[in-house]
Amino acid sequence: MVSLRAAVLAATALGAIVAAPASAQDQPIAFTGATIHTMVGQGGTGTLEHATLVVQGGRIIAVGANVAIPAGAEVRDASGMVIMPGIVDTHSHIGQVSGADSSGAIQPDVRALDSINVRDSSIARARSGGVTTVNIMPGSGYLMSGQTFYMHLVDANRIEDYAFLDADGDMIGGMKMANGTNPLRETPGFPGTRARSAAMVRSHFVAAQEYCGGERSPRDIGMDAMCEVLAGERLVHFHTHRSDDIMTALRLRREFGFDMLIQHGIESGRVAQEIAAEGVPVSAILVDSPGGKLEAVEANLETAATLEAAGVFVSLHSDDNIIDSRLMFRQAGLAVRGGMSRDGALRALTINGAVQLGLDDRVGSLEEGKYADFLILTGDPLSVYTDIAETWVLGELLYDADDPADLIHATGGYGAGNPQTNTHVLEREVHMQEDVH
Amino acid sequence: MRILVKALAGSLAVALLSSTAMAQDVAVRGEQLWTMGPQGVIADGVVVIEGGRIVAVGPSASTPIPAGMEVLTAPVVTPGLIDAHSTVGLTGYLNQPDDQDQLDESAPMQPQLRAIDAYNPHDRLVQWVRELGVTTLHTGHGPGALVSGQTMVVKTRGNTVEAALVEDGTMIATNLGAWALDQDSSPGTRAKQMAMLRLALLDAQCTGDAHDDDADEPEGGGRDLVREAFQSVIRGEAPLMITANRMQDMQSALRLAEEFGITVMLDGAADAHLMLDELREAGVSVILHPTMARNDGELENAAFTTAAMLAEAGVPFALQSGYESYVPKTRVVLWEAGFAAGNGLAPEDALASITIDAARIIGMAERIGSLEVGKDGDVAMFDGDPFEYASHVTGVVIEGAVVSRAVR
Repeated sequence: MVSLRAAVLAATALGAIVAAPASAQDQPIAFTGATIHTMVGQGGTGTLEHATLVVQGGRIIAVGANVAIPAGAEVRDASGMVIMPGIVDTHSHIGQVSGADSSGAIQPDVRALDSINVRDSSIARARSGGVTTVNIMPGSGYLMSGQTFYMHLVDANRIEDYAFLDADGDMIGGMKMANGTNPLRETPGFPGTRARSAAMVRSHFVAAQEYCGGERSPRDIGMDAMCEVLAGERLVHFHTHRSDDIMTALRLRREFGFDMLIQHGIESGRVAQEIAAEGVPVSAILVDSPGGKLEAVEANLETAATLEAAGVFVSLHSDDNIIDSRLMFRQAGLAVRGGMSRDGALRALTINGAVQLGLDDRVGSLEEGKYADFLILTGDPLSVYTDIAETWVLGELLYDADDPADLIHATGGYGAGNPQTNTHVLEREVHMQEDVH
Repeated sequence: MRILVKALAGSLAVALLSSTAMAQDVAVRGEQLWTMGPQGVIADGVVVIEGGRIVAVGPSASTPIPAGMEVLTAPVVTPGLIDAHSTVGLTGYLNQPDDQDQLDESAPMQPQLRAIDAYNPHDRLVQWVRELGVTTLHTGHGPGALVSGQTMVVKTRGNTVEAALVEDGTMIATNLGAWALDQDSSPGTRAKQMAMLRLALLDAQCTGDAHDDDADEPEGGGRDLVREAFQSVIRGEAPLMITANRMQDMQSALRLAEEFGITVMLDGAADAHLMLDELREAGVSVILHPTMARNDGELENAAFTTAAMLAEAGVPFALQSGYESYVPKTRVVLWEAGFAAGNGLAPEDALASITIDAARIIGMAERIGSLEVGKDGDVAMFDGDPFEYASHVTGVVIEGAVVSRAVR
């Protein structure tokens, strides 16, 4: 990568002269000669050989084998490298996220975004592992632990700058729910049995139906979020493991008509046909061994493959720190070990998660108009010997394996757990000042 | 520990006799046969196992296979994998209070607790790691107490612990640092941990002759099993396996080894990359934490590249599955070694860290860890590069018996 880097430095210096006073993002950057897994299309990986990717202003402006490189573009030789979309992690707990507290089992009013520390080392670490979009969720020790936050792993100080916005300018996220053993507690306000869990959730949805269909007064911010759930505007991320618990989640969904993504679904292979019949997608995880808790005793390497074969729409997630964010490619590799198709596993890391979160108009594949979120890899994404050379988010290089300050996030080491300074923000400001002068 | 091994000799003999009824003759042929011994990697090689022991290793063309012997084949064949430090069999996969036998918290130092009294050979995790190529576990008591108990070496088969057992009382599991602190009791500080260990070892040193074979029984006939365990450390029969991840705890472990002239195995060692020269100079062996262990708390400085750095620095090391308190309930050394290989460790060194190097560190290299004539017929078979995520283990042999034909 040294030669690549030298070329980049030269190109950057040249670009600064030619394109001044434009900022770095406004100058087109062309990545040439790469194998590009675009993930475009209904199946396969949309792979292009000896192809070029051109980004500008944080967006992809061209991708293809015969793309004209715009005048004034910085050209980066990516020959021998593999380019693919940034990973969409559909379930993670990075950024010191928290949600509901012990005051009750149902707390739709709390928001994950109000707890996230954007300088926590886990975020830089996820980027070094190729993750560029994350569904950050509160925990599962509740029936409803709060609003999740779809986080775009740019580099900024304000959490708002990491948000995906809808057409109204509102931040997008889902609603975390859970059943099975995690929400069961002896604490007042919590369920003691599975049936009690379902009854409490059902009562809450009934109350929400009344609130949302009425004057919505006095205003209840938890109920406002429930209205979004009932209107299909806020996806329910349903933590559920055991096959009977999965069926209960499907039953509640039928009853109240909300959109749902099955989270974890350790035993989802047992009811793959039933899940497929209802058209409900699954966000799956592969762990090293079964057990560790009663709901995970049936964990195996075959579930993602079983779901794929049944026609269920599958993504993969880290549940960081159950699995470290840097091991997402390993998840896909193990899914293939368990029988999933290679193409399916790569789609499960990227476009499938984007579709599940409703963000596929912006991320998950490399096509014109989408965000310039992509990875440059040294080889086959599913090989243990492949390294991530670079992670780009919105057209900015936010992880560079050649930069020791970045590499420590990928490898670990002394100080890797420290809060991260806003290095890239400072670099960007310096760069922009240089451009102005 | 000599005393315990003697006591078990009888039951071992029974186990060996009863197992002779099992099929123990098989040949395993590989397009690549990684012997991990002097013969290196043999292209189109074969290992012939009779009566549970390896009787021939060499190129297929020049190594005759007895007529009628079953022949297994695979693209890649290696020695059975060795997990240099596990808690599997003691820390059950259900993770419920009544299947967690790796830790008793009634006292901070309990070296008299024997792994053999707590091992469940039918725990699902034993089968899980076996089907992923692991044939030998160095397993026993876990973290959480200053001295949590003894470890042992077992094969990942057997209906009873006696049938699985290779050696009892292999090491004394000791822990320094935050995992063995008790704020409400003792040891409540790192310094107190060292003071307590030093006192126990001093006591064992002073009373060390009391239980030599020729010595008289002490007055009253009373035996102190705690003292006897520490005496075995002083006599060099059982190393202290000290789990220490912070640099100051690792240095304390080395200090203890020097002060008492005892053998210490450094376990965990997350900060090892900060003191490579000191480790090499101390001549200590490291049982490195799982490569993918969660890097928080005591492991906040852990690095994926530590295994590669230990190899480059010339520090002997092995990889382990360690102890997991939640999901997943155990790591798998095959994948840990693969990940180390993906992070700069040469693949042959990675394989050594879960075969011959692991055998040396747990004191079993005469018997396992490489495919050499006279050693146990323990073999793992793969359909490709053992370290690639998408490769599979296709067969496992323990002492000539095919214990798994599953594709995992």
